[in-house]
Amino acid sequence: MSRATLAPPVTARDHIQGDASAAVTLVEYGDYECPHCGRAHPIIKAVQQRLGARLRFVFRNFPLTEAHPHAAHAAEAAESVAAHGGSDAFWTMHDLIFEPQQDLSDTSLGTLAGQAGVTADLVLADLAAERFVERVQEDFMSGVRSGVNGTPTFFIDGIRYDGPWDEESLTSALERAARRAKA
Amino acid sequence: MTTTQHSATPLAAGTPAPGFSLHATPDQLVSLEEFRGHPVILAFYPADWSPVCGDQMALYNELHSVFRRFHAELIGISVDGAWCHAAFREARKLHMPLLSDFEPKGAVARSYGVYREQDGTTERALFVIDGAGIIRWSYVSPLGVNPGADGILEALEQLPVGSPA
Repeated sequence: MSRATLAPPVTARDHIQGDASAAVTLVEYGDYECPHCGRAHPIIKAVQQRLGARLRFVFRNFPLTEAHPHAAHAAEAAESVAAHGGSDAFWTMHDLIFEPQQDLSDTSLGTLAGQAGVTADLVLADLAAERFVERVQEDFMSGVRSGVNGTPTFFIDGIRYDGPWDEESLTSALERAARRAKA
Repeated sequence: MTTTQHSATPLAAGTPAPGFSLHATPDQLVSLEEFRGHPVILAFYPADWSPVCGDQMALYNELHSVFRRFHAELIGISVDGAWCHAAFREARKLHMPLLSDFEPKGAVARSYGVYREQDGTTERALFVIDGAGIIRWSYVSPLGVNPGADGILEALEQLPVGSPA
């Protein structure tokens, strides 16, 4: 059996929503152009609502660039927004990309960055300079090493979650993990 | 290993990899011997087009350049026919060769101990074979679970450096 445990663990390098003291941590490896990840996005939001402060959520990039031509730039643009605008701007960008998930051309990514509060030109320059290629690749390879096998792949407290990820199933899996942490 | 009923025992590490010659396209045969000197990753999978297989091959496609660093070639094998493979490869833009274990059906899978009599398909099984043609790692995944690539990379790393190349 594959161990499928998260490596490296969550650190300050990651994009994190919620507190380190939260009872349970959910890590998603995702691709901004993957339709399944798009479908998972509102589910994650709902699950975050339900678990509240007990949940810490982390997003790492896993762009499948052979299948999704815009996935790499979308990930790099989100990283660029994080670098220039900070964590809140990153999560705004993250939501903006996933919510419509239609046009992910560079121009459109620049416009979304603007809406997240970071000048489009900065982000487009970063894309042209390939400034965040390595960072995205680090995420990707950490995913491969951790047993990510497609997108989205979830880890609950560092263990790959192979179960269904509809709102009810994911919520109860996280509730169980949170109870275990408390016990 | 209690989650799935396996039909046979997959060949274990240390066993010489059984040779084969199978169609990669309707007019091209590929044999294992051609890869002597380089590690080979054999990925047996149940069927072209099934959701899990599609994801698994998409992941390996993405890792093409990583496998190349080990001078390793990944080869997919299923019981689908060569025309079916051709359509699947084209639709998914897959780089790796997909071989047809089609006639006699499943013969190569049987020789590796990964044929499922009850389903008429192969197991979802991985073999890492070194440059001398010896199996160095094998793994059978539960049928519905995409095994990912972490095990493959670990096995490649454990091959002796500069192993018969």
